[in-house]
Parts: sequence; structure tokens; C-alpha cells
Amino acid sequence: MNQSSKSLNNWFLILAVLGLAIAPLIFVRGAEFGGADGEAETVINEIQPEYKPWFTSIMTPASKEVESLLFASQAAVGAGVVGYAIGLYKGRSQQPKE
Amino acid sequence: MAVVSFYLVVGFPKPAYAMHIMEGFLPIEWAIFWWVVALPFFVLGLLRLNRITKANPELKLLLGLAGAFAFVLSALKIPSVTGSCSHPTGTGLGAVLFGPLTMTVLGSLVLLFQALLLAHGGLTTLGANAFSMAIAGPFAAYWIYNLIMGASGKQKTAIFLAAALANLLTYVITSIQLALAFPAPVGGFIASFTKFAAIFAVTQIPLAISEGLLTVLVWNWLQSYNPQELELLQLIKGRNHSNESI
Repeated sequence: MNQSSKSLNNWFLILAVLGLAIAPLIFVRGAEFGGADGEAETVINEIQPEYKPWFTSIMTPASKEVESLLFASQAAVGAGVVGYAIGLYKGRSQQPKE
Repeated sequence: MAVVSFYLVVGFPKPAYAMHIMEGFLPIEWAIFWWVVALPFFVLGLLRLNRITKANPELKLLLGLAGAFAFVLSALKIPSVTGSCSHPTGTGLGAVLFGPLTMTVLGSLVLLFQALLLAHGGLTTLGANAFSMAIAGPFAAYWIYNLIMGASGKQKTAIFLAAALANLLTYVITSIQLALAFPAPVGGFIASFTKFAAIFAVTQIPLAISEGLLTVLVWNWLQSYNPQELELLQLIKGRNHSNESI
């Protein structure tokens, strides 16, 4: 496969991922898309109403905003490292051989 | 695909938030059980990681990339056809590159980060979550990759299916873990498993496909820009290598 058809392929991959993420937002109307980790919790309560969590998180994010900050940071740091590594490899591979 | 999506939307309209098992939501005996199961894998993973970085220090950056890939993917809460959000796991890539035990360590670290700072998952449930995401998923990815490579030699297909099925299996295991700990009074394990799987595994189907595609994307980049290290990894794993060029 030559370089340009490869990068075309990569664009298709990116578009497909975006499509998979966006389609539910368009086609599944009236859904909540989130909330707390409630659903499994609800089922557990249905099955064993007397069950109480016996341990709580040591640290919970102060608010939804702080939580989304932390999630965004996690994604940013991860994406940064992936981008750095790929960029370095790309630069290295395009260096003229001595 | 459209038919499947439609069926899923109509069949499972309940909102769900498919994630890892929350803090305190496993009875203590199960929490301890999964810790005991997961720990040996983690220790073996540390030893393997140590061996890889000692023998081939140049692979550290690629290891970082595999860990960072899991880190970024598990931060992405993506909407799914069930009307709720969940996130990919990102463990398939590293498992195929470095073997499953390496991803046990990296995946557990991601889970630890999320448990400590984000109250997402938990310390008591870390053993169980590590087993599903950082042990079962990577091992499945590794075996599926080798199986398909052995059968057809189609590498992109092998990568895609390894990553996607490992992702899906992670949440099937989560459902099994919850069903074991909370068998229904009527119908027992099977009835509970059906309920949890409807939440965790079904939401995960489109995300599993996304993860497969993203893993192929990164693989394409690596193949374009860093074929020599992929070659080297084949040597380390001692597979598919007929020409002794070094």
C-alpha cells in the first residue's frame, strides 16, 4: 500500500470512530447519556436490597466540574504522550540516512 | 449494522453507565478473592516489564505509548446506543505489542489512578477491575491476535478483532463478577448475569468497535514510522521469525 492510500485509510478510521460516537446522540432521543454509576447500583439494590457499600472512596472530586477537569487532564496527558512518541518516530523515520 | 443498532436501541432502552465496579460495591470476601487472583499476574507483569526494559531500553518509549493509549482511551466517555456512556479500555494495543502481562501492570496503574483521583472504580474493587480490564482483556487480545494471525495472516483484521473483543470481554467479565457476588434470589447467577450484561456488555458493543478502529489507526502509524521496533518485538516474543537477520 502506498503512503497516500494509507493516510486516506487512517482518515476513514477516524471518521468511523467519530460516527460511532455521534450517531447515538442523534438517533437515541430522550436518553440521559450518563448520570452517576447508577444503573448497576440500581440492579444490585433490586437483587439484594439490604446490601450497603462497606467502603467509600478516599477522595471524590469536589464537583462535576472538577471531575471533568481530571478526566480531561487524563485524556490530555495520554494523548500528549501518544502524540509525542508518534511524532518522534515520524521525525526519526524521515531523517536522511547518513 | 443499522438493524443491530435499532434492535439494541429498542431492546435495551434503559439508561446505563457502563463503567468499572464501584468502590464498596463488592462484598468483602469477593473483593479479597479478586485481589488474590490479580496480584500474581501483576507481580509477573512487573518482572516481565523489568526484563523488557533491561534487555531493550529503546523500547521504553513504545511502552510509554502503550500505557498512554490505555490512559487516554479510558478517559473518553463515549455515548453509546443504549443511551448511556462508557469508555474503551485501550489494553489491546499493548497486549499485542508487548504481551498480556505488560498490560496487566499498565492497565492496573490506569485503574489505580482513576480509583484514587476520580472516585471511578475503587480500591476495594481494584482487584476485580484489574482482573477484567488488565488481565482478562489483554490475555484475550493476545490470544485472538495470534489465533487470527496463525489462521489467516491478516494483521489489520487480527489487531482490530483483538482490541475490540478484549474490550467487550472486559465488560462481560465485570458482569460475571457482579453476578457471582449478587446472584438473584430467583434465577441465581444466570438471572443476575443477564441483567448486568444488558448494562455493561451491550453498551460496550459500539465502543468495542471504536477501540478496534483506534488501535488499527495507531498500529498504522507505528508501521509507517517505526517498523524496526515492531520487528524487534516479534524477535522478543520469538514468533513468526524465520530470517535470522541479527
